Amino acid sequence: MSHIITVENVSKRFGQVAAVDDVSLAIEEGEFFALLGPSGCGKTTLLRMLAGFETPTEGRITLDGKDMAGVPPNRRPVNMVFQSYAVFPHMTVADNIGYGLKVDGLGRAERDARISEALDLVRLTGLGERKPDQLSGGQRQRVALARALAKRPRVLLLDEPLSALDAKLREQMRFELASLQHQVGITFVMVTHDQDEALAMATRCAVMERGRLVQLATPSDLYEFPNSRFVADFIGSVNMIEGRLTTDKPDEAIITTSELGDVFIDHAVLGHTGGTLWLALRPEKIELRVRDAGSPAPKMEDSPQGYNSIAGTIDHIAYLGSESVFEIVLEHLPDKKLRVIRPNLTRWDQEDFAEGQPVWMSWHACAPAVLAG
Amino acid sequence: MSSDRRPLAVTLAPPLFWLLLFFLVPLAVVWAYSFGRNAGLTEIEISGTFANYARTLEPLYLGIFLKSAGVAGLTTLICLVAGFPVALAITFASDRAKTWLLLLVMLPFWTNLLIRTYALIAVLRDEGYVNFTLEWIWARLGSIWTLPPFVPLELLHNNAAVIFGLVYVHLPFMVLPLYSALDRLDRSLIEASLDLGAGQLRTMLRVVVPLALPGIISGIVITFIPALGAYLTPDLLGGPDSQMIANVIERQFKRANDWPFGAALSFILMYLTLIMIAVQAMTEKRKAR
Repeated sequence: MSHIITVENVSKRFGQVAAVDDVSLAIEEGEFFALLGPSGCGKTTLLRMLAGFETPTEGRITLDGKDMAGVPPNRRPVNMVFQSYAVFPHMTVADNIGYGLKVDGLGRAERDARISEALDLVRLTGLGERKPDQLSGGQRQRVALARALAKRPRVLLLDEPLSALDAKLREQMRFELASLQHQVGITFVMVTHDQDEALAMATRCAVMERGRLVQLATPSDLYEFPNSRFVADFIGSVNMIEGRLTTDKPDEAIITTSELGDVFIDHAVLGHTGGTLWLALRPEKIELRVRDAGSPAPKMEDSPQGYNSIAGTIDHIAYLGSESVFEIVLEHLPDKKLRVIRPNLTRWDQEDFAEGQPVWMSWHACAPAVLAG
Repeated sequence: MSSDRRPLAVTLAPPLFWLLLFFLVPLAVVWAYSFGRNAGLTEIEISGTFANYARTLEPLYLGIFLKSAGVAGLTTLICLVAGFPVALAITFASDRAKTWLLLLVMLPFWTNLLIRTYALIAVLRDEGYVNFTLEWIWARLGSIWTLPPFVPLELLHNNAAVIFGLVYVHLPFMVLPLYSALDRLDRSLIEASLDLGAGQLRTMLRVVVPLALPGIISGIVITFIPALGAYLTPDLLGGPDSQMIANVIERQFKRANDWPFGAALSFILMYLTLIMIAVQAMTEKRKAR
């Protein structure tokens, strides 16, 4: 069995409120697993149940096949990096890292070796004698990481590990955490509300909403194949358009919408004709072309059902350097806007697309995700 | 003085004047007395002598000082041992329970010390509630087995009664600073210790106690100082051998009519107190650095 952790129908209720509601999932050995969701979705409660700080009201958690019910936090082969880091302020960095090793009854020589190994691992070599108040926030976090990793746990739990760092450091730590995980080969389980963080680091993500697990997939599957409007909306930004299924054949479907007219989809849609569906169209999947007076709608060669395109006018531009985000008003529905992201591939790329410029927006027949709810 | 400071001066002046006139001036007078000698029944001559201070070092008074320190020390220790779990329990209680528990701790402050001490007498005396209850149980047992007649326990007018009373009075002084130190403690530090494999006891000794140390020290100082100068409790609950330094001081001023010596004893007590506060302030300063 390669599942290192299984969560079986676990619920946790605080009074009447179900913080975690009937969640089942399995985490594999060596994974970098992310629990993702908005605040209050129960992800931290689930993590704390893995650590042993909370007990499930119902259900079962196993670790290495052993039922964890009744096993206190100090007897579990997992270690946690706390959101506040929880570095002991009255101990030196080395004593912080050595604390857990001393508990394990390791001798002085073995302990010192493990401490310096852990310091090297998180690139704090030589800072062992510092006190925590002499360290920066990023360094304190590394101490918390080293302290947990020095115990060589089966699973490392990380509670919002990057949330207290500034933006630049956060981006750098994403890569560092992922490579660290690769290096030590320990299973990481991370809680985060930041979808970028989860997509960048995790091998698989579980998206939670109001205590329930709504989707468990790889980052790219979450982004490209969301299974609900909630997930499509929570992960990245999206144009969500309501429509009705009017044609449904094995390799062609048409969804009729008020905003975009008839939208061609190049695959069958599971739904009944006439039923309400939603199209989730990512802003970067819409292509922009300049629309001159009388110019025809562009053709897209590899779209068998022709092209999906619609006329609009640029209303607002957010220039972000690497890309620009456009809000575009639809020609036939001036109170509806679509969001489009366009990479700035050359240095004068953006000149054609100024505010007030009429444009064609077009997308592949396979670009939108079709969602039933 | 700049104009925006004037309101501050106006507000501070009356209490400062009050403090000067009714606290510092009398204190200075008593301090001066401690260097004087009795010249007649009511007259005191300030002669600059150190004879009064020399007398405080006589074995009789030194013994009473040591005994007072011992009683106050034991009181502080019992308060610490009993107060720490109480403070810990309040810290980890739910928010609603916390309010009520803190109220219960502070409630005795709103009752006069004299009344509380007499209430203790009512509890501890030969016909008090404790002995009454014991006698009742004794009588019930006596109906089953044959027992000798009940002899009430001597709970009052001894050193144990004094310490019991002092602990009762000073427990809140210990619990409140301990609570405020423990309440400020980051809970995730405790969880981190457990997470790293430490048991409850090791977490308590290695994480909670060291981090609560400033609170423990101020609890000790705040309890020890008033316990050292306790007057009413040893006077009412103690026996003939239970007198503490404050009782001796009172006797110098009243029955013995030796104000200079009483003043010297008072100031020895005061110097000890100031030294303790200075030591505490110094350790705190070093902690903060």
